[in-house]
Amino acid sequence: MTRISGTPLRTARRAAAVTVAAVTALTAAACGDSVGDAAEGGSGGASTLTEIDYYEAAPQNTQLPKLLDECAAQVGVTIEHQQVPRAQFMPKLLQQASSHAMPDLALIDNPDLPQLAATGGLLPLSDAGLTTEGLYPSIVEAGRFQDKTYGIAPGVNGLALYYNKDVFADAGLTPPKTWDDLTRAARALTKGSRYGIAFSAVGTEEGSFQFEPFLWTAGAGLKQLDSPQAVQALTLWKDLVDGKSASKSVVTWTQADVNDQFMAGNAAMMVNGPWQLPTLNEKKDLNFGIVPIPVPSPEADPVTPLGGEVWTVGRSDPAREKNAVAVLKCLLSQDKSLEWSTNAGYIPSNEAAAKQMAASNPQLAAFVEEVATARARTAELGTAYPKASEALFNAIQASLAGGTPPQEALSAAQAAAGA
Amino acid sequence: MMAETIPGAAAPAGAVRVGRRVGRRAGLHVGRHGGRSAGARRSRGGTGWAAFGFIAPAWLYVAAFYVYPLAANVRMSFQDYTVTSFFTGRAPFVGWRNYEAVWQDPAFAATVANTVLFTVGSLLFQFGAGLALAVFFQRRFPLGGLLRSLLLVPWLLPLVVSGTAWRWIMETDSGVLNQALMQVHLIDRPIPWLASTSVSLLSVTLVNIWVGVPFNMVILYGGLQGIPAHLYEAAALDGAGAWRRFRHITLPLLRPVTAVVLTLGLIYTLKVFDVIMVLTQGGPADSSQTLTTFAYDLSFQRLTFGHGAVVGNLLIVVAVVFAFVYLRATRDGEGRAAA
Repeated sequence: MTRISGTPLRTARRAAAVTVAAVTALTAAACGDSVGDAAEGGSGGASTLTEIDYYEAAPQNTQLPKLLDECAAQVGVTIEHQQVPRAQFMPKLLQQASSHAMPDLALIDNPDLPQLAATGGLLPLSDAGLTTEGLYPSIVEAGRFQDKTYGIAPGVNGLALYYNKDVFADAGLTPPKTWDDLTRAARALTKGSRYGIAFSAVGTEEGSFQFEPFLWTAGAGLKQLDSPQAVQALTLWKDLVDGKSASKSVVTWTQADVNDQFMAGNAAMMVNGPWQLPTLNEKKDLNFGIVPIPVPSPEADPVTPLGGEVWTVGRSDPAREKNAVAVLKCLLSQDKSLEWSTNAGYIPSNEAAAKQMAASNPQLAAFVEEVATARARTAELGTAYPKASEALFNAIQASLAGGTPPQEALSAAQAAAGA
Repeated sequence: MMAETIPGAAAPAGAVRVGRRVGRRAGLHVGRHGGRSAGARRSRGGTGWAAFGFIAPAWLYVAAFYVYPLAANVRMSFQDYTVTSFFTGRAPFVGWRNYEAVWQDPAFAATVANTVLFTVGSLLFQFGAGLALAVFFQRRFPLGGLLRSLLLVPWLLPLVVSGTAWRWIMETDSGVLNQALMQVHLIDRPIPWLASTSVSLLSVTLVNIWVGVPFNMVILYGGLQGIPAHLYEAAALDGAGAWRRFRHITLPLLRPVTAVVLTLGLIYTLKVFDVIMVLTQGGPADSSQTLTTFAYDLSFQRLTFGHGAVVGNLLIVVAVVFAFVYLRATRDGEGRAAA
């Protein structure tokens, strides 16, 4: 380039030089940006924390930011709030992890915790001075990985049976307690465009979550998906669908869809959680009651999966971690936990607070009763849970939508989960 | 004449050729200014730099946005890339183990079969319906233009919107499709369009055909416009009926356009993702799973990124093979036109 003399070539060369320089600058800028981001996520101002969750729907998506702002003000920091859809939540978190910009606070679904904790990207909360005293043992267990606590739930949930009181009264029926009652009531209440019962057998974790109360109550476990008890549980669901007491569409319904069906009067009963209560209570002409999930025999206790999200703190630097822990302390305090549970449709993870809430709010009695015996989904399998869950919901779908006999579907699931 | 206009649609091949031509012309131009032998040599070097400067952005773009991701995907398919890898940046190489795992996945064979059925079914009916509509709209009739533009709607709607609408339409109990079919007594009980392992693939294929018809119609209609009317007149004078005119004039003269439509359609159909994702998420029980949704499931639901990369690579290989077929087909067309 130094040999440029006064020829007409100069223009061409200068153009080339400018182009090369521009491209180099652009590339440098691009690289510089990512470095800047990483630094910001890692060691930047400790007074601005980042938070991520997957609440897209009201009331949770408005209640949570409110609560966060209150706690941020109390600690003296600001919180950048971020919501991503459930399906993209884990990929998003992983992407942030790979650029070393883990959010300081993340509210993650409890069965995902062991996987995330295993990566080493989360701060052990037990070492940071947060206590789980007074919380339900099962939710404490769900937040633990290799004897350390990585996640603590502000509130928990479970599943119960919602029933339409008017429909039951018209038919002269009482809410079912056993599987036989359930089958009989569902058959009797199916009429016209109304099905007896609605549940979600969708091909995601939600489908497994809905099936697990029946699976566990029957006495089956996740380690052996093709046990006779598991076959019994799946046969119950299959008979409901084959007997037309439940719509064939259950395999496409999410729990929100199930709630819509119940609210529209298309189902006399539904399996769902307490987070639907704020929506259901808004529909004044809907007269509904809630009972625990029916059991195979009168002496059995319902065992439901423990639902709910746990707060985690991402590793960054001591100053940021300290602030994040301080915010978390506020979020998990008894009054904030109670506020969140009341407004977002959760059961406080604090046992005493939950009992107090059940006493003042009869709608929650069934849920509170079940939470005491609820089981963490990852208790049996830990990081292997997602794989077993996928095998399970595939078996449910193959049986309900494809006519595969329950035994055969569950044997295939066991083979897939064990592989 | 006509054959030459069609390969013009072949952007990649055409662009390279035009680029070379322009380059040569520019070289001559600069050379003339440069003067005699020494100047000419220097100018050639200068043109090299200038050319490099102009090509560099394109190359950098291609390298950063196409070559790098592809190479990274190939590398990932040989790694045990887990959730932990994102934090540590470490993923051990495992040779062909990911490929074996995908091959042995109980869902793999059915997924390949689904992909073939979905692609062939979509292509066949999209093309058939597109051609029929294109021929139909060649006739002039009142409101023909309006009707033709209305038929573009499926193409213009965002796929998530039309997918969601179809989800409602195909709902088993309250969907308008089942209601309508029952009203006219074509069926006596509702068909679980999206809720049965035996029907779900058919349902997503039907919706995808609906989405793809406008594309086929528009391109084929354009091809039909290029066939000179006097050929039909001459054929009619010779006593050829409508079917013979279609068989011996329309079809042969439409062949280059057909090749373009089918290969592009094939590549588009192979990579269809949103339609299936919105309608069935590949379910129930993987019954409408194709390679694209399978790759997504492996990577982003099961979080086995190595396995997802394997399926991604497989898709790329298939698409590249057909892209070559496409380039080949269009190049042949141009060659014939030049001869």
